[in-house]
Amino acid sequence: MKNSKSPDTTVSRRKFLSAAGGITFAITTYAILPQWAFENPELEPNPEDKGRQISAWVHIRPDGRINIYNPAAEMGQGSMTALPVIFAEEMDADWSLVHIEYSPIEPKIYGPGVWGGRMMTVGSRAVSGYYDSLRQAGAQARYVLMDNVAKKWNVPITELSTEPSMVIHRASKRKISYGEIASFATLPEKLPAIPADQLKDPKNFRLIGNQKITRFDIPAKVNGSAKYAIDVRLPGMVYGVISRSPVNGAKPSLLNATEIRKITGVIEVVTLDHGIGVVADTLEKALKAKAALRIEWSKGAKAATHSSEQAYAEYTALVNDDSRKGRSLESKGDPANAIKMATKVYTAMYKNDYLYHAQMEPLNAVVSLAADGTSAEVWCGTQAPDSAKGAAARVLGLDESKVTLYPHYLGGGFGRRSSPDYVEEAAALAKAVRKPVKLIWTREDDMQYGQFRPICLQHLQAGVDQAGNITSWKYIISGTGDNLLASGAEMPFYTLPDLLIELRAVDHGIRTKHWRAVGHGPNKYAIEAFIDEIAQDQQKDPYQYRRHLMRNHPRALKVLDTVAEMAGWGKKLPQGRAMGIAFAERSGSPGAGVCEISLDRETGKIKVHHIWAAVDGGVIVQPDNARAQTEGSLLMGLSSVFHESITIKNGEVQQSNFHDYPILRMADIPETLEVKFIDSQEAPSGLGEAGLPFIGPAVANAFLALTGQALRHMPFTPERVLATVGAK
Amino acid sequence: MATITLTINGEKRTVNVEPDTSLLWVLREHLGLTGTKYSCGKSYCGACTVHLDGLPIRSCTTPVSVAEKRAITTIEGLSTKGDHPLQKAWIEEQVAQCGYCQSGQIMQAAALLASNKKPSREEIINQMSGVLCRCGTYMRILKAIERAAKEI
Ligand code: FES
Ligand code: FES
Repeated sequence: MKNSKSPDTTVSRRKFLSAAGGITFAITTYAILPQWAFENPELEPNPEDKGRQISAWVHIRPDGRINIYNPAAEMGQGSMTALPVIFAEEMDADWSLVHIEYSPIEPKIYGPGVWGGRMMTVGSRAVSGYYDSLRQAGAQARYVLMDNVAKKWNVPITELSTEPSMVIHRASKRKISYGEIASFATLPEKLPAIPADQLKDPKNFRLIGNQKITRFDIPAKVNGSAKYAIDVRLPGMVYGVISRSPVNGAKPSLLNATEIRKITGVIEVVTLDHGIGVVADTLEKALKAKAALRIEWSKGAKAATHSSEQAYAEYTALVNDDSRKGRSLESKGDPANAIKMATKVYTAMYKNDYLYHAQMEPLNAVVSLAADGTSAEVWCGTQAPDSAKGAAARVLGLDESKVTLYPHYLGGGFGRRSSPDYVEEAAALAKAVRKPVKLIWTREDDMQYGQFRPICLQHLQAGVDQAGNITSWKYIISGTGDNLLASGAEMPFYTLPDLLIELRAVDHGIRTKHWRAVGHGPNKYAIEAFIDEIAQDQQKDPYQYRRHLMRNHPRALKVLDTVAEMAGWGKKLPQGRAMGIAFAERSGSPGAGVCEISLDRETGKIKVHHIWAAVDGGVIVQPDNARAQTEGSLLMGLSSVFHESITIKNGEVQQSNFHDYPILRMADIPETLEVKFIDSQEAPSGLGEAGLPFIGPAVANAFLALTGQALRHMPFTPERVLATVGAK
Repeated sequence: MATITLTINGEKRTVNVEPDTSLLWVLREHLGLTGTKYSCGKSYCGACTVHLDGLPIRSCTTPVSVAEKRAITTIEGLSTKGDHPLQKAWIEEQVAQCGYCQSGQIMQAAALLASNKKPSREEIINQMSGVLCRCGTYMRILKAIERAAKEI
């Protein structure tokens, strides 16, 4: 992760040239300047106090105010604050003067340094992906400021230092603010690469790791002024809704087009590949017209043959039939032989239902095609603005450079909003009516035409030696969604000499997608629950049993030991309570959790009383937000563990809204939830999802400790719990 | 179509809509008061919570005609400067993540504190359990309400 892009390429790619007037600066080949604060007109600089663009990332005004450009989506994870914090740290900016704006959608300039440069906010990678490059960019901006002062005062740059938003020359006791420098600064032909050893020593960080730095977006989110795309209103705007295929892949024929067109307010009816769109002058009229659509759907779509409950039988056959070779995800030693030679062999299967993202803001987008048809604007909340922009351009038949995308806050993403499908749809409707169109998905649309975390089944087999320790491991995963099932199948922190991990995927024609923590949810559940089942049979303490598996990995041991200590692992608990422990690493962050539960044997309801979590996320850029993300991923995890299940029958999604797809409510929260981060100087790793994968198995393991029974099908609904405890 | 006069945050507003149009669409799409959110449209999630004569209601299933002649309060009108004790506590506790549910959370909590100045933890949980938060900010919502209750 460290400096995967050499400093020299950084310089040549981000070469800045001063334009003739000396006021604006362009970047070679891309000739762009960040668009000015489209969201915030009062920030529009007036000509006198325009200030200076110091680099692609920052603009300084003579009065000292600093605009830093944030390249990441803000979907609740806090990166819009965390990334500017990293930049401002190395620039040595006075944080109270910083204002944050979205950067333009120019991946070649604002893409991160480590994964192909795409402007995607996924996989908890914003902070880790931008950490090195934003430190470098911040240090370069600081250099530009110091270099200008050195020239002005005619002193060697080496005699200068900085304090927040100030350049200092100690020898002559002179100081000058960044704002003043901005009034005369010129940019060098070439930005120097700042060597790593000249970046700040983390010991001297003022902003990174500062508990007091609060999120930039929160004030607007408590008074109703924060803008999501669904809030956009434009002059002359009309409303679009779409009735989509109940079975993925079915094509629509509209039977009553004439009738629909006659409904007052209806402007246009648009036939799409996967549905019928209605555009009307108000939202309520569009919805009424949608309800009146009579559509015949084509038969024969692949998905129509799929029913989720039956799929488990297919997966079971598949994982038990070794002649059906799948794709090997990892293989070492000779697991087949090792299992044969083992003192005892264990086998178990775990099931995971489809899950729906349930982001609270349903999908939506606003698209406006210019009257002459040669350019367009898009307002949306997206995790992948570059692909959303490209998708709109394709639908509208425009060059991407003719499409402007205005990023908005996302009312939740969780992986759903890195698909551009809803932007494509809005573009198709806008193209048909040549008016600004706001497309809204109802909750029912959002759920029934969802892209789900795939259904899957995990088959595990492990051999133990005479001491009862696991030495061999055979792990076969089956389900739909292909690669989505692979993440988290590996166990880099456990020492297992003979191991095989294989994926035998089936395609049902169902739409699947990354869902917070992707495959780590189901895979870590299976792995960690299985380990406890073996430990229980071997009459070993599951915490110590894991310690042995992790013996070669101090980072993993550290989080496990930390959480065990936080929870007081092994202490005597009240009657009817038990604790469970589990470990998982996600986005490079090892984490472990303990929960304490009780069970209502009448209703089958599991109550989680306490949760403790320890995570190693390297350097923690924003400690309070990191804690909030961990709390959130633990609670979203609990939601999926207890409540969430999408079922599909003959290709049709059976659920439609929160009454039949319940998610966690406040009534379900634990009495206490405690999070600790390991002190670390390592580069940051991802924290947006880290809590999610280990909470499910921690619950299952507590249940095993409490009842002696294993929960092998997630979610752990009361019916399944009762069936498990009843099935002695 | 009917001409309907509403009193929203102390101001009279007139709209021309079908009387069965939901108060939510009227607030958001006709009047531009977009702080109140749409999420489920069926009274399941609480994102659209506003006050009608001081009581919390789900605007998504309330026909606009029902709201006529009554005082409607939305998040925009909860306080003049965004300084209701709950709003301050929400910032202190850094509650919001995506933020989409938070207008509804705050409006629901404000109605609770207006009728019960010192709610117990159980009372808070009971009152708030109808407002969903997908980001899982519940621990902080609870703390923020407890903090605000101390201030009132
Ligand atoms: S939008 Fe009204 S309760 Fe969900
Ligand atoms: S903060 Fe995102 S739904 Fe509550």
